[in-house]
Amino acid sequence: MPGLEDLYREIILDHYRTPRNRGELDSPPAIETNGHNPLCGDEITLFLLVDDASKGDAATVSDVKIGGQGCSISQSSASMMSQAVIGKTAGEARALIRRFKSLMSIEGIELQPGDDDIALGDLEALQGVVKFPVRIKCAVLSWNTLADALDRATSEPPASG
Amino acid sequence: MSIDVATIRKEFPILDREIDGAPLVYLDSGNTSQKPRAVIDAMSTFLEQSYAPINRSSYRLAGEATDAYEGARTAVARLINAPSADEVVFTKNATESMNLIAQAWGRANLSAGDVVLLTEMEHHANIVPWQMLATERGVDIRYVPLTPDGQLDLTNLGQLLDGAKVFSFTAMSNVLGTIPPTAQLCRAAHDAGALAVVDACQYVPHNAADVQAWDADLVAFSSHKMCGPSGIGMLWGRAEILDAMPPFLGGGNMIDTVSLDGFTTAPVPAKFEAGTPPIAEAIGLHAAINFLEGIGLAEIRRHEMDLTRYALDALNDRFADDITIFGPDNVEIRGGVLSFTFRDLHPHDVSQVLDERNVCVRAGHHCAKPLMKTLGVVATTRASLYLYNDEADVDALVEGLAGATDIFGF
Ligand SMILES: Cc1ncc(COP(=O)(O)O)c(C=O)c1O
Repeated sequence: MPGLEDLYREIILDHYRTPRNRGELDSPPAIETNGHNPLCGDEITLFLLVDDASKGDAATVSDVKIGGQGCSISQSSASMMSQAVIGKTAGEARALIRRFKSLMSIEGIELQPGDDDIALGDLEALQGVVKFPVRIKCAVLSWNTLADALDRATSEPPASG
Repeated sequence: MSIDVATIRKEFPILDREIDGAPLVYLDSGNTSQKPRAVIDAMSTFLEQSYAPINRSSYRLAGEATDAYEGARTAVARLINAPSADEVVFTKNATESMNLIAQAWGRANLSAGDVVLLTEMEHHANIVPWQMLATERGVDIRYVPLTPDGQLDLTNLGQLLDGAKVFSFTAMSNVLGTIPPTAQLCRAAHDAGALAVVDACQYVPHNAADVQAWDADLVAFSSHKMCGPSGIGMLWGRAEILDAMPPFLGGGNMIDTVSLDGFTTAPVPAKFEAGTPPIAEAIGLHAAINFLEGIGLAEIRRHEMDLTRYALDALNDRFADDITIFGPDNVEIRGGVLSFTFRDLHPHDVSQVLDERNVCVRAGHHCAKPLMKTLGVVATTRASLYLYNDEADVDALVEGLAGATDIFGF
């Protein structure tokens, strides 16, 4: 069995103990989206603020706030995700979602040219989750919720993945 | 008399299994129990030598299989002190038994404005089938609330039962371990003119059950939680109630005759056993019942009371305010189920750390989301005990939890 140190890397525990971008945004203008994992009951509420939503993929993610409850993996994943996407365009955020889900070995992700080159930064620490398959759902919960929120914010056809 | 756990453990082959060189500490029997050699052997011997259809063919082998299947029914009746084996219906699991009750009895007896009384500590299996009916029929569902220590708050029971047509409740909570006064609740239901339905899924494996002493009307439970195989469950009901109920599933075996114009039903229990039933599973269940009765259900209960006391004290002494164990502290009214929260760690992380030491517990909502809400948590970690668990298993749990402290750095 892979060791727990593969899962609970220091940077993950740091985001778990001190989650970034926790809280709420006024909605509207922010989009409030809920996600949950029916298996374990984890819940996330994601507030997404996008500038110039009409620009679609070129719109900018200007703020993200995260609420809800979950395990160290889902909480740290959400925290790191929020840091990673603020300031990115919606298109870049979608690419990061694809990149992250493929890191998590989620099937059916169609990577697009350039996705492989996207730097993951701290998110790389979550790679160990793949060795604990039951925890993959925890790691991707916030990402699926963000994908929903982006779709709603920009009212575009669903991003692949 | 106390049971000899060391000897009992030898009867369970899986308890010899090691993962990464360390023994298994199985504390998830409330979810599903492990199987003794006697059950495994009975099923393979039956499959090797006696397997055949039941109730359908006239050759000797089929007669043998039918007798073996019916023998299991007799054993179930004996286990719960049912007046007659004909009142025992085999289903797929307790969940199917509850759906059978809600669909067959419920549809025949409930209409708009009728009241179904449940409790706040029910498993989804005793909530959702009634909610499905409520949506379809406009039936109202009420819930008996809980006291702070996780017992049923019976203060307003009379009021809650007023106008109720059925009171359906668990005889032992799969989350809190709470064992409510089942006979008293059945009496209260009857006094109010309501049917008394008991979800005995957690009770029957761990206690000497007596459906006549309860004076219950319909009782549901599962084989896989009582050392038997998965795939077979039970419904016991009073003959007159089962007789009056329409069938649930239609098909072979449940009919008396069929023409192009319609059908008539077979007598109970066949009326509720449409299609080919779980045959080898019934044989395994029979062996499980013999096994449990050989040790003694009252003795098993005594052992679990002692071990639950030991576990409550060990956890509370070691972790004090860092652990919150839900449910009553008095083991006279509590089974061997320990749901808890540990520091502010999420149950997923707790079970992950425990798994590193092969300590198997369940993390989540335990199919009781409304109860989680009442308790004010999204999930708990649950350790559940059975006849093959001993103090060393509890100690492994305690040490495992202490290990979580190191990893998360408190
Ligand atoms: C109290 C209670 N009722 C019903 C059930 C459902 O049993 P099954 O999954 O065997 O249908 C369970 C199983 O967890 C239970 O604990």
